[in-house]
Amino acid sequence: MIEVQDVYFRYPTGVEALKGVSLTIQDGEFVAIMGENGAGKTTLVKHFNGLLKPTKGKVLVNGVETTKVSVATLARTVGFVFQNPDHQLFSETVEEEIAFALKNFGFSQEVIEKRVEWALNLLGLTQYRKTSPFMLSGGERKRVALASVLAWDPKILILDEPTIGQDYQQKEKLRQFILQMKAQGKTVVIVTHDVEFVAECNPRVVLMRGGKIVADGEARKILTDPEILEQASIVPPQIAQIFINLSDLGFPKNVIDVYEAGEILLKAFKGRQRA
Amino acid sequence: MAIIETKNLTYTYPGATKPSISDVSIKIERGEFVLITGPSGCGKTTLCRCFNGLIPHFYQGELKGEVIVAGLRVQEHQTYELATHVGLVFQNPENQLFALSVEKDVAFGLENLGVPREEIRKRVDWALKLTGIYELRERTPLELSGGQQQRVAIASVLAMQPEVIVLDEPTSFLDPLGAKKIFEVIYELNRKLGITIVLVEHRLDLTAKYADHIIIMDEGKVVLDGEPHEILGSEEARLIGVGVPKATRLYKILKSGGIKLGGRVPLSSEEMAEKLREALKRL
Repeated sequence: MIEVQDVYFRYPTGVEALKGVSLTIQDGEFVAIMGENGAGKTTLVKHFNGLLKPTKGKVLVNGVETTKVSVATLARTVGFVFQNPDHQLFSETVEEEIAFALKNFGFSQEVIEKRVEWALNLLGLTQYRKTSPFMLSGGERKRVALASVLAWDPKILILDEPTIGQDYQQKEKLRQFILQMKAQGKTVVIVTHDVEFVAECNPRVVLMRGGKIVADGEARKILTDPEILEQASIVPPQIAQIFINLSDLGFPKNVIDVYEAGEILLKAFKGRQRA
Repeated sequence: MAIIETKNLTYTYPGATKPSISDVSIKIERGEFVLITGPSGCGKTTLCRCFNGLIPHFYQGELKGEVIVAGLRVQEHQTYELATHVGLVFQNPENQLFALSVEKDVAFGLENLGVPREEIRKRVDWALKLTGIYELRERTPLELSGGQQQRVAIASVLAMQPEVIVLDEPTSFLDPLGAKKIFEVIYELNRKLGITIVLVEHRLDLTAKYADHIIIMDEGKVVLDGEPHEILGSEEARLIGVGVPKATRLYKILKSGGIKLGGRVPLSSEEMAEKLREALKRL
């Protein structure tokens, strides 16, 4: 469980990035943190693994205050994948990159091999195991960064913009994977601008603006409220836009899923054809 | 006349065992808005690097076939010469920003071309305002957020006013409204100034509606090439795993459920909503 209690954070430059944020994330929850550039999303999640400590207020991870433990200790529980993969990749080969943290955590050679194999396979990177991460495309580097964190199987996973540079199939795999983590009782927090991805996953959405939380609820409620979204510089997903547009014809506004949309419309057409 | 043309273009990076793009033959007409898409690692970025001569002049490696940009054979002309015709906005803005201030970064290309001071001032301000970063002009690019950096990268290419602007996922770090604004700016440059746009994107929900030409790549090859409504409505596009816009998906779901909305396949929510409205009225 992650508990954020009235947290303020000021960068050394004087910028106050968080202005009184309170939030509780239960084990097994899937949360998407959304909002405009500079809203404080990345600053907030960097508090979850102790990379940043509050200027005021408290952050507790599984009941322990983040100021009381080292980032290295927290990392075992909280895995963090950065927005820009180049900020975390450094090894000679993809395989070494994935094995690095496992070695640091003191896993046995046998376990390391198994975990590396598993992570390579999961993210479709097996063919690149001996390749330098810097020879790969942007989307592939992003997957290496993800693999290197998933390999140690953290209980809480923080993904900063995981869908950048990912094609549709990769996104679909990521979605399946997150749902599987969730089913195993693990917590997944993503920071994202990708409204279409969020619409497909339907997680809890926490909307931020100017260092504060402005809305918190299920995706289908928040992503279909144009007023709230505009404040946070977010454009509704295409399906929501269509249903908002047609709401004067008596259609529900809170639809974000393409299959649900299809069912509602087919019913409407068939109903009217009969009438 | 085509402003970019490739004929059987095949390229292998130094030390790589197989080509990253193979046998690519495409034509991009002057004034077109072209979208290039395809699975990650399919060769999109590599193809773009051929358009301004980064391949083969910077990356070396082995280039076969032809690539002609603004009438120049890329193999025979240096990058600085090609840069006056083609501007490239990189995927990762950190790879192209280096100056101590935003405005110096935006002015850098023009200074190198020896443009008069007054003209530089004018064009830098114009580009900064268009991309919404005029207020940040004295900040250090490396201290800015990812989204702000992407705007600086776009502004520095805009200021050069090239005939072709190639953008490789230029808004991946921007919030949706910020991304939409950038795409609208790019669209305006295309429509009003006639600048040819080549945009590499996965997020077709946001971009398909601007394009008049789409090229889909897979494993280094061009697999589909044509008009966006036709291509994205096709079964092939879905099978390759391209992220077909949700409006298009919904149209096809209804079609397979026996509801024919008629006309061309929609790419945007506006097009789809209008079609639905008309069809419901007819009942």
